Order: sequence, then structure tokens, then C-alpha cells
Amino acid sequence: MNIHQISVFLENRTGQLAEITRLLADNGIDLRAISIAETTDYGIVRLIVDDSAKASSILLQHGTILSMTPVWVAEVPDRPASLAELLETLAAKHVDVEYMYSLFTHKDGFAYMVLRIPDDTMLEDALKDTGLKLVGHEELGIQ
Amino acid sequence: MARYFQPEIETASHEQIRAWQDERLVKQIRHVWDNVSYYRQKMEEKGVTPDDIHGVADLHKLPFLTKDDLREAYPYGLLGKPLGECVRIHSTSGTTGKRVVAFYTQNDIDLWDDCCARALVAAGADNEDVCHIAYGFGLFTGGAGLNGGSHKVGCLTIPMSSGNTDRQLQFMADLGSSILCCTPSYAAYLAEAIEEQGLKDQIHLKAGIFGAEAWSENMRRDIEEKLGIKAYDIYGLTEISGPGVAFECEAQSGMHINEDHFIAEIIDPETGEVLPEGSKGELVFTCVTKEAFPMIRYRTKDICVLTREKCPCGRTHVKMSKPMGRSDDMLIIRGVNVFPSQIETVLLQQGYSPNYQIIVDRINHTDTLEVLVEMNADMFSDSLAKISAAEKELILALKSMLGLSATVKLVAPKSITRSEGKAVRIIDKRKI
Ligand SMILES: [Zn+2]
Repeated sequence: MNIHQISVFLENRTGQLAEITRLLADNGIDLRAISIAETTDYGIVRLIVDDSAKASSILLQHGTILSMTPVWVAEVPDRPASLAELLETLAAKHVDVEYMYSLFTHKDGFAYMVLRIPDDTMLEDALKDTGLKLVGHEELGIQ
Repeated sequence: MARYFQPEIETASHEQIRAWQDERLVKQIRHVWDNVSYYRQKMEEKGVTPDDIHGVADLHKLPFLTKDDLREAYPYGLLGKPLGECVRIHSTSGTTGKRVVAFYTQNDIDLWDDCCARALVAAGADNEDVCHIAYGFGLFTGGAGLNGGSHKVGCLTIPMSSGNTDRQLQFMADLGSSILCCTPSYAAYLAEAIEEQGLKDQIHLKAGIFGAEAWSENMRRDIEEKLGIKAYDIYGLTEISGPGVAFECEAQSGMHINEDHFIAEIIDPETGEVLPEGSKGELVFTCVTKEAFPMIRYRTKDICVLTREKCPCGRTHVKMSKPMGRSDDMLIIRGVNVFPSQIETVLLQQGYSPNYQIIVDRINHTDTLEVLVEMNADMFSDSLAKISAAEKELILALKSMLGLSATVKLVAPKSITRSEGKAVRIIDKRKI
């Protein structure tokens, strides 16, 4: 049920991120989530888009260095403490979250979190009977 | 297919080579004494005359020439023939001061072309080959030298010159280029372009002759693998003639110096003393057949080793190692000698691209060394922790290779200026 995340290498130079997002926009790619991890020299931009295959081929043609990583999307109720509950649940089952960020898309009463879980073998089991659920490509309307 | 271009010369006995050198040296010193007043004056200052020179054993008595002499004697001071007998010049790009201009008679060019033809045949070329020359043509010797050699071998010669990569690839595919001659950095660039454009199946190179800049064994393997060829090194300098002063054979273990034309010595760069065979030191050349620009004991500033060990290719001429560094390129950082080739070796070992730039600066009276490294697909990850762990490993590896700490800056692919001639590898801000 995991989805594809595109990670892109960016030098810390003014206009770099604008260039990438413009390139995707001009090619009709819809951004669903974006997160940036950076050092003083460079950054990693992580993207969830509506069409990851098309986006990655556009970026590669542009000469961008990228990698595709499987990530999970959890649906959480849109109310205080729901994120804390999700993370507590995962921690209790020893499921390690490397990083996370939120998806722009939401439906009434719910928010979506993108989770990078290096060892995901225990994930589905951990969420069983908790009322929290994972959503895939179809529900998110992406491919 | 012939194995040698001039078998009787290339496989001559040591005694025969020495006999040619003795006879030609005596004649050459007489020629220089009579015609090159700049060098004659140097000889007089050292108290040596042509009567003191009976052969190679007396070479050490003669004064050296350096790049400074060439600049001082610019343009005609070291000319050995009347301009009426000269047919061409070539010139090197000096970073400071005047350019060096070298002159050639028609005979000089013929002999130079022979040297390049020997290199091409050693790389497997014959008259059925299509020789694609992507060295610069013009004042630079690269294009003209290989072009002349390729004609002598009878290859179909494509005088492409450097630049316009798309046209290079189109000709390679359409005309069936089989031998590529260019700088190693341009070869690496072309290899990447071929990969990117998916032209690998349409290009059928079998060998490459790459010179005019320093490159490592790792870079050789990288180019050989990407282009599916055997990559041969070639050595030369404008002052001595151009490419083809020495060239690699199939053994790929050093370059045979064309000793019938050039006598090589290794000296201690500090004292100028001649060192025994096998010692590492500065390479010095004496041209014994050149007429218009007869360099005697010219100091190349290249640090290397000579060996007379028997070569499996059957050639008998002495072999020089790949220059281990150029005293011009050698950086002294915090008192430590650093050669750019060492940095390249580490980058390839660690999985990075060999395209780098070194920035040396002096901050608060302390030298700093920063290495700009291009990120590549293999080293990239979605995890900052993974990238920075690899970066730390690189910093440690650089420290252990160089003996001093460097900082690393990861930059976007292709962001380091890649000139299509010589790569800009070093920016030394201390000199500015
Ligand atoms: Zn050999």
C-alpha cells in the first residue's frame, strides 16, 4: 500500500527550488506534498506528486539527481492529539519513523501524514485495531 | 595489422638507439652553438663548448633550459633555422606572462607526425580505421599532431576539434569513428553524453588516445568501461614538439619515449643532478632531431620515473611513468604537497564522480582546502543521514590520502565548469 516519493538533490543556491517546482508545474504535474531536509551546503527535497513516473522522467531529462523511495500515508483524524497517538502507537510496537511530513490533500475530518519507515514489516500489524489506517494510490488519486 | 609503425626503429637494440643518440646529439649541439645565440651564451657561461660533447655521456655538462628561458627568448631567441625554412608555429597557453611559441620546419613536422603515427599504431590503428580527433585544432598541438599521425597511418581522419558535442556524437555514429583522440576529461564527458542520449549501440569505438592533462588509472577504467574501448595515454609538450613524445602500448604500463628523437633524463628538481634509472624526479628532454626549435635539456616540471624493463610489446624504447604530478600543479597546502590526481583517486574509490574542483584559500593565516564534489545518482539518497555519512567517509579518506584535512562541498551534477579542452581543477585564491 506504499506510495512513491521522489527525492531530489538541490544545491543551496537561490532559485533552485523555484526552478524545480516551475518545471513540474509547466508539465502539468500536481504537487501533493513537499518537504525539505537541508544542510548548509545542500538539501533533499521530497515530493509526492500525482504522477510519479512522469515527474521523475521530466526531472531526469532536466539533469536532476533523484531517487524513488517507498513511503506510507497514514490517515489520522483531524483533531488534537491524533498525531501523537499515531506516533505513540508506532513507538510502542517499535516501528521506527525516519521522517514524516503532511500531505496537502485531506478530506473532511481527516489529515494525511507521509511516513518514511525503513523497516516496514511490522507497520500494518502495528496499526491493526487502532482505528488508524493507511491509504494508497487509489484513495489519494495519484499514480 | 602491423604492430609497429616503424619496426626497425621502435624495436632497435639499446646499443643502436644509443648510437643514434650519440651521433645526433653531437651534431645537434654543433647546430645550436652555431645558430642559437641564446643557448650558446648559456653554454659559454657554463664553460662548455661543442668540443666537450662526444655523446649522451656528456649531456650532463650542458646547461638546462626552462620555461623562463622560453619567455625571455620570446619570440625568436631560441630559433635554430631562418624563418624562411620554418613553416608553422604552435603555442602554449601560459597562465602568466608571455606565451611560449615553438617553431617547426617541414622536417620537424614530418618527424613529429611519425611519432604520433607510432602512438596510433600502438593503439591498434591501421588504414581501415576512422580516426576521430576531438583535440583542439589551432595553436594547441593536440589536434595538429594526431591529425598528422593519422594521415601517416592512412586512417580516415575526422578533424573534429573540441566542442559541439551533438555533432561529435552524430559523426561518431554516422561515420563509424573507431579511434577517439581527445583529452581524458572530454572523453569522460562524451561517454556520459553517449549514455544519456542512448547512442551506445550506434557508436563503435575500439580505442582512444587521451592526453594533454593528468588522469588516473581509475579514470581510465571508467572511460574504458563506459565507451567499451581500450584507452591509451599519450605524452608530449609543445616545447618539445607536441603529443607523441611518448605513448602507451598495449601493456598500458608506462609510455615509450621516442628516444631516436628525444633523450630523456630524470633530475633532482632541487639540485639539478641527474638521478639513476628508477628514481623519481623531474623529466628533462633534449631534442636531437629538431631543427627549428631545438630544445636542449628542457625541464618539463613533470615528476615521473623512467624504466628500461623489457616491455611485452617488443618496443625497446625507455618507458616513462604517467607524470605523478606537475610541479606547476603541485599545491603546497599547510606545508604538505598535494597533487590533484590524489583527490581524483579518492573520489572514484568512494563512488563519486571524478569531476571536482579544488579551492585553496588562506583564512586567518591558515591554508584551507575545499573540494567541490558533484553528487551523482549512486551516492544520492532520500536520507540526509546516509548522504552525510558518506560525506564524512569521503573527508576521512581525503585526510588519509593527503595527510591534511579538507572540507567537502557536495554540488549539483554538471555544476563544475567542464571546459571541453582542459578542465579547471584548481582555484588557488592565495595567489590573488
Ligand atoms: Zn610496450
